[in-house]
Amino acid sequence: MEPAAGESILSIQVDHVTKRFGSFTVLNDVSLHVQTGELIALLGPSGCGKTTLLRILAGLERPDEGKILLHGNEVTDQQITDRRVGFVFQHYALFRHMTVAENVSFGLRVLPRAQRPSPDLIQKKVDELLALVQLQAMADRYPNQLSGGQRQRVALARALAVEPKMLLLDEPFGALDTKVRKELRRWLRRLHDELHITSILVTHDQEEALEAADRVVVMHQGHIEQTGTPEEVYEHPATPFVYRFLGDVNVFHGRISHGEALHEETQREIPGGEDSSGEHEVTFVRPHDLELSRDRTTNTQLEATVRFIIAAGSRVRIELMSKDSSQTIEVELTKERYRELNLRQGDVVFVHPKQQHTFRMPGPSSV
Amino acid sequence: MAAEMTKARDEDWKASLTGESKWVRWTLIALALGYLTLFLFVPLAAVFAEALKNGLESYLAPFQDPDTLAAIRLTFIAAALAVPLNLVFGVAAAWAIAKFEFIGKQLLITIIDIPLAVSPVISGLIYVLLFGAQGWVGPWLIEHDIRIIFALPGIVLATIFVTVPFIARELIPLMQSQGREEEEAAFTLGASGWQTFTHVTLPNIKWSLLYGVILCNARAMGEFGAVSVVSGHIRGLTNTLPLHVEILYNEYNAVGAFAVASLLTLLAIVTLVVKTIIERKSAHSRPAHEPAWSPQPGSPS
Repeated sequence: MEPAAGESILSIQVDHVTKRFGSFTVLNDVSLHVQTGELIALLGPSGCGKTTLLRILAGLERPDEGKILLHGNEVTDQQITDRRVGFVFQHYALFRHMTVAENVSFGLRVLPRAQRPSPDLIQKKVDELLALVQLQAMADRYPNQLSGGQRQRVALARALAVEPKMLLLDEPFGALDTKVRKELRRWLRRLHDELHITSILVTHDQEEALEAADRVVVMHQGHIEQTGTPEEVYEHPATPFVYRFLGDVNVFHGRISHGEALHEETQREIPGGEDSSGEHEVTFVRPHDLELSRDRTTNTQLEATVRFIIAAGSRVRIELMSKDSSQTIEVELTKERYRELNLRQGDVVFVHPKQQHTFRMPGPSSV
Repeated sequence: MAAEMTKARDEDWKASLTGESKWVRWTLIALALGYLTLFLFVPLAAVFAEALKNGLESYLAPFQDPDTLAAIRLTFIAAALAVPLNLVFGVAAAWAIAKFEFIGKQLLITIIDIPLAVSPVISGLIYVLLFGAQGWVGPWLIEHDIRIIFALPGIVLATIFVTVPFIARELIPLMQSQGREEEEAAFTLGASGWQTFTHVTLPNIKWSLLYGVILCNARAMGEFGAVSVVSGHIRGLTNTLPLHVEILYNEYNAVGAFAVASLLTLLAIVTLVVKTIIERKSAHSRPAHEPAWSPQPGSPS
């Protein structure tokens, strides 16, 4: 999954980084390569270490073990101010006593006198950046006069003002409501396509990661579970955790058939069994990968009863109760299919997966 | 007519929310005002009345006395040394407590409060115990001809001791609530530690800081107990204003005592006025309640 070094320029290289807070290991031997110009999403539940990794890259934290290389140069012990990293915080961290324009120009105004642009140049730069984030009219406002989305765009303009070699975004849209988040992440993606600045986006929102990033790094309990394109991680999750984390999923202990062709090979009872190796199999099926029918067509189909139907929205969500194991099964149907089946609460249906994924898990089967 | 009735009903409804009838409210207000008048306003007025009762000339007489002038000078010197020192310490301590995790943090917070918890007399005695002739380092000091007790250094030390908490305590909760993110943002933007402090931290705390300085200064100039123990009451040398008031009063020079006391009272009033202005300013420094903005059409908000 990792691109070979030298294939193109590696912008960020994380080499076997471990970080502990007291006795708690936040990052456990994490390695990660990021190509120049890529937009990477670090995705995981809270406490998985994604923010810590980002803060280590920025120089806000120091790793206990391992190395950080930016553009091939080791920066593990480099001061935060020398890294030229743009950082965007979840809660914006705008300077509350400065106007929008002053916030954006801050990074330029604190440059050593020899490198500092002239006031005219700074002004020009601020105007450009505010135009980029579509906030020209807000230049003289204070942060608390802006909406959350506007604040975060100011924070982004401020981070870009110092022309960073990379942009680190720590849950940048986490404090915003769903609609604004959606708009902003599309806008961020467009902005990235314009600027091509190497970016790492930390998020716990799988939709955000899948939609905005070139590659998604799924993290869990201080290590990387899987790295791949959004399609790869969604369609071919490497671990049960990734499967569960990227969207809704039905979990079956044991194996269910994969249509007629695999019938002979895979037919097995549900809930399914342990085998001699002491492992058990767990099958994951996404709700939209389950097909319903009124009549039994193969004997590997699960019999279930319709418990709830939620028909609001673009797709119809149906909750079933399996007859054999009284397990709840979630199914997602298109409106057309739902109308075709003409389902009612209490109806008996037969379920079979269009696509499934089976993992072998250690230990005996348990729910 | 109907509107008035609605309004009246509205008021009744509001009053019923707090659950108190009119006479309870007025009794409570009268009680509070009466209490303040009796115990604060009347004594304050008495200070000026007593000081001025023999006319302006005798009121001004004590201020021509070199001992009084020396006391004024000493008070200002003590405050001028104690306030800046506590300013530096207060900012440093608040910074450390609010922005970093370290072992002994809770202990530091507790220690800062000690001067508020112990009687000022004891604060003074601590220094006598340390630097006095019979104290721990007293003999060594005498050997090297360094005077601390019954001299300016002792007075300054005692003043610093009692005024330690004022600035730090004002800043700690504010800096804790503001968190570290703005400083971190400044660092990632390339600001040095000093630039971050002067451009980001200081502007965020300036009103609280000023408020703390005002309170600290008021206490430094008005301190009696601790200073009384270490001063030795040497007229014209180690007498501060509060001590001088006591001396004059003990000499049955009531007018003189009250005249000098009125100076301290004026100082207190000025302090309160400045404090009120600062409180207003700091409330206004966050322009949170300005009219709503009009978002730009077509831009993500």
